[in-house]
Amino acid sequence: MNTTVQEEVRPTVDRAARQEFVAPKVNIFETKDGYVLEAEMSGVTKEGLEVTIEGNEITIIGRRQTDATPGELLFRERRLADYHRVFELDPAMDTAKVSARMEQGVLTLTLPKSEKIKPRKIAVD
Amino acid sequence: MTNLIRWQRPDIAIWPGFGRLTDIRDEIDRLFESPFAELANSSRLLSGWTPALDLYEEKDNFVVKAELPGMKREDIEVSLHEGSLSISGERKSEEKYESAEVHRTERFFGRFQRTVTLPSAVAADKVKAQYRDGILTVTLPKTEESKPKSIDVTVK
Repeated sequence: MNTTVQEEVRPTVDRAARQEFVAPKVNIFETKDGYVLEAEMSGVTKEGLEVTIEGNEITIIGRRQTDATPGELLFRERRLADYHRVFELDPAMDTAKVSARMEQGVLTLTLPKSEKIKPRKIAVD
Repeated sequence: MTNLIRWQRPDIAIWPGFGRLTDIRDEIDRLFESPFAELANSSRLLSGWTPALDLYEEKDNFVVKAELPGMKREDIEVSLHEGSLSISGERKSEEKYESAEVHRTERFFGRFQRTVTLPSAVAADKVKAQYRDGILTVTLPKTEESKPKSIDVTVK
């Protein structure tokens, strides 16, 4: 009797899903016009950056450029993980006008407040 | 009449036991010069920012990679002194945020310094440093004497 045993090929788990993430250090400032968020993500360029806004949450993902490690490692302190962090948004933010800039491993997100929230003088009749 | 002998500071070296004490002092000095000297260096405890770095060895070079995000190239100083590489600099905080309300500050600012003792000699004039995406990469070519050489074993 010929039985062919089908070997089940398990698809390898998506590397991104399995990966460890590290939370980037951030500074958050608030001015009268909006918020500024600076996140430190060494080794990440524009191409590796993913910023998504869903509901009232903003998710920042930074994938490092593949770090060609030269030769033999003698001493390690750096954590070569990708970055991930989620923030809850102030409802006053105008999510359509968010801008981002990536420079030397620092992401600067500018989140302006909506016009209607800014203090406004009301004329009294 | 007794002679007055001029008082002389006793020569410490003639005490037989004292030589051992100076050896101990030398050992303690050597302990503080080791790569883990930063732990003993009090300025590190006060400054708070010690950028992470890795040290690699290739056949012809040593490579040091340090994470220094958000710096300006001109604010980073790299120097080599007696077999130790020193990386230092200052990250200045942005003035435009001084008047803002601060919600979170996790990033460090101010001066930092890291020193790495290299396992063998490097050619100081051929050292190269590159700063990209917040990572400083310093490539230190080994001197000819430091490169690994194979030694032929002859069997008679």
